[in-house]
Amino acid sequence: MAVFILKRLGLALLVALTVSFLSFSLLFMAGDPAVAIAGENASAEDIALVNERYGFDRPMIVQYGDWLGSAVTGDLGNSWYFDIPVTELIADRLTVTMKLGLFAITLALAVAIPLGVAAAANPNSMIDRFALFLSVVGQAIPSFWFGLILIVIFSIKMRLLPASGNETWQHFVLPTIVLGYYATPAIMRLTRAGMMEVLSSDYIRTARAKGLRTRKVMFKHALRNAIIPVVSLAAVQMGFMLGGSIVVETVFALHGAGYLAWESIARNDLPTMQALILIFSTFYILFTFLADVLNAWLDPRLRVG
Amino acid sequence: MTLKTLMIGTALSLVTAAPVFANKADDTLHMAITKELESVDNYYNSAREGILFTRGVWDGLLYRDPETGEMKGNLATEWTWIDDVTVEFKLREGVKFHNGEAFNADDVVYTVNYMVNPDNGVKVMTNVSWMKGAEKVDDNTVRINLNAPFPPAEDYLASVVVIYPDEYYAEVGPSGMATKPVGTGPYKVDTVEPGQRYELSAYADYHDSPKGKAQIGKIEIKTIPDMNTQVAELFNGGLDFLWNVPADQAEKLAEMDDRFDVVNAQAIRIGYITMDAAGAVDPDGPMTKKEVRQAIYHAIDRQAIVDALVKGSSEVINAGCAPIQFGCDLSVTTYDYDPEKAKALLAEAGYPDGFEIDFYAYRDRPYAEALMGMLNEIGIKTNFNYLKYAALREKREKKEVAISFQTWGSYSLPDVSAITGEFFTGGPLDDAQDPEIIDWVKQAGSITDRAERQALYSKAHAKIADEAYWVPLWTYNVNYVLSKELNFDPTDDEVIRFADFSWK
Repeated sequence: MAVFILKRLGLALLVALTVSFLSFSLLFMAGDPAVAIAGENASAEDIALVNERYGFDRPMIVQYGDWLGSAVTGDLGNSWYFDIPVTELIADRLTVTMKLGLFAITLALAVAIPLGVAAAANPNSMIDRFALFLSVVGQAIPSFWFGLILIVIFSIKMRLLPASGNETWQHFVLPTIVLGYYATPAIMRLTRAGMMEVLSSDYIRTARAKGLRTRKVMFKHALRNAIIPVVSLAAVQMGFMLGGSIVVETVFALHGAGYLAWESIARNDLPTMQALILIFSTFYILFTFLADVLNAWLDPRLRVG
Repeated sequence: MTLKTLMIGTALSLVTAAPVFANKADDTLHMAITKELESVDNYYNSAREGILFTRGVWDGLLYRDPETGEMKGNLATEWTWIDDVTVEFKLREGVKFHNGEAFNADDVVYTVNYMVNPDNGVKVMTNVSWMKGAEKVDDNTVRINLNAPFPPAEDYLASVVVIYPDEYYAEVGPSGMATKPVGTGPYKVDTVEPGQRYELSAYADYHDSPKGKAQIGKIEIKTIPDMNTQVAELFNGGLDFLWNVPADQAEKLAEMDDRFDVVNAQAIRIGYITMDAAGAVDPDGPMTKKEVRQAIYHAIDRQAIVDALVKGSSEVINAGCAPIQFGCDLSVTTYDYDPEKAKALLAEAGYPDGFEIDFYAYRDRPYAEALMGMLNEIGIKTNFNYLKYAALREKREKKEVAISFQTWGSYSLPDVSAITGEFFTGGPLDDAQDPEIIDWVKQAGSITDRAERQALYSKAHAKIADEAYWVPLWTYNVNYVLSKELNFDPTDDEVIRFADFSWK
């Protein structure tokens, strides 16, 4: 088991390295970093100076080596754009994104799983139709529009919640609803499909025949089996949310990591981009790993290997 | 029952916890910017939003009155040109920086000599590279030495060259200045959350500057990337002031004149089409033919685009410069909108059926699309390439762009050296490479006699128009939206001066 975990970790490290090297080369291909740093009003003279100062005239592989060398010692450099340490910048933005991601996935799970179970237990009933309606709407509404509608209702008309910023917990209510709702349909449909399949299996019929109460059949026997693919999906969704939602962060001016990443590409802020990519890919790897562990705990058959 | 109590309780807590906006009552002006601002250190910033900080937090030696155009002393009280490359300043006495440090000749000498040193990597080097350095004469007298005669020197000293406290800057450097800025300006900076939020407050000991004292106690600047969210915050009272509001939204807000004032003012930025006249992209390409360039000029109904899209106080221009800039001669050859004549000119140049070409732009997509539509009308088939600014600039420098829609804001400097001097002096972005024009413009940029300079720029603009090297399009405009409590009278250079804000 220890060897298995070590192998996985080694693989994860390789993935992270590959991702960072690929992103480094892509950023260089995307445009001249010197022009981006010098800004829109720069003259040719300014750009030449930037080139010299940052050493962009050296081969790309040398520059990548430089970056990697300091990164392993924990020095991610200064943001070219803000001129403050990248670690400082990201710590700030990542807190916001992590809060939002956690709130949103919690909301999504809290809505999607009970609704999915209820829909599966009563196929073609009103509740099933309602769940279907909710997921179709959730998939169809663009989040920027949904966000603005919520702002109009709760912030302008009712004056209950702030429209932008990240200072208090109230600032997170509307973004959580938008982002959580966005993740709900997939989880709900997967829960419903899994439950339908499990509910028609032999051991459930046996459990019912034994005279077990419906609630016990549903939650102890059926859900535990049906939820395994949901855990994997939720892990991916979680990784996605911790990567930040550019749209939601933009609409609510949250200043999270997703928006920072998006803007840093346009600014060719290489140190910030590289650090973010490293962190995002680590999240994905970590959550996939956690999902495997959780699934193994839920289903003893998966504990081998 | 319990559920009901819980719900009511939650709702009530939300109501009481809802943000309270006071604005005029608590003497705080709330405004937003769209862009995440880089370092607020004036010398490591090239963004338009940075100019707000520059003018509000720091002072230059001089000040140009935006109404009269008159040059006045600010940190200096008198100045004399010893010769073409030396200017001596008598400094204002009794001025203190926000941190209490006294202002004197050492601050000027330190600031200038630090910024002109290429090792320190100032972001817009051209803002300072015309100076050789500064030297102290006595505690209240300094001399600034120039590398060569530089006509717009005073304008630079009144805008982009601001004075830093020498002791503080030597200690904290650019990153310290970015997070805890210290200047002599009408507002001091209390909080900087990079890219997110800034808090400024009136500087009580501000000297007797032509900028005037701050009239509003506090200013809070938030970064809100989405204009719709900014408008939402304006509606619920979270913001008092918006700028750069798109024309369509400004029109709707103007209808609600019981709640907001919408003010439109010109910007120094202009739009233009530049074409590969010198043949650097393609030596035999259509753009090298004068008739084709003239045809393109005739094909474009500039007034129609201004009326339908650009709107506001924008106007069509016939020379590639903003009318308020010195040296901008608009009395040059014009080409009215005439598609038939355009087709005839194309035929004359050997393209009776038109041709196909890649058309580039980096901003204002709707304007670019309108321009292309008009070119299509006369038979020029355009393939649209919409790129990021950095990518387009790189492509242009590599000589891969034969025609593009460009804009230029001249760093808000009221002198055409900031635009004609930038693009017609043989540099990599000079598509004309006309030796005569290069000569005139370079000469105009190195002498100080205003009449002579004006004559040289007029000659250059006349030839640019005759040869149709550029198609000058329009001036840009800015929409400002103000809450009813706020007084602000924008100037035509898109510079927001914080000390000009007041409550009604």
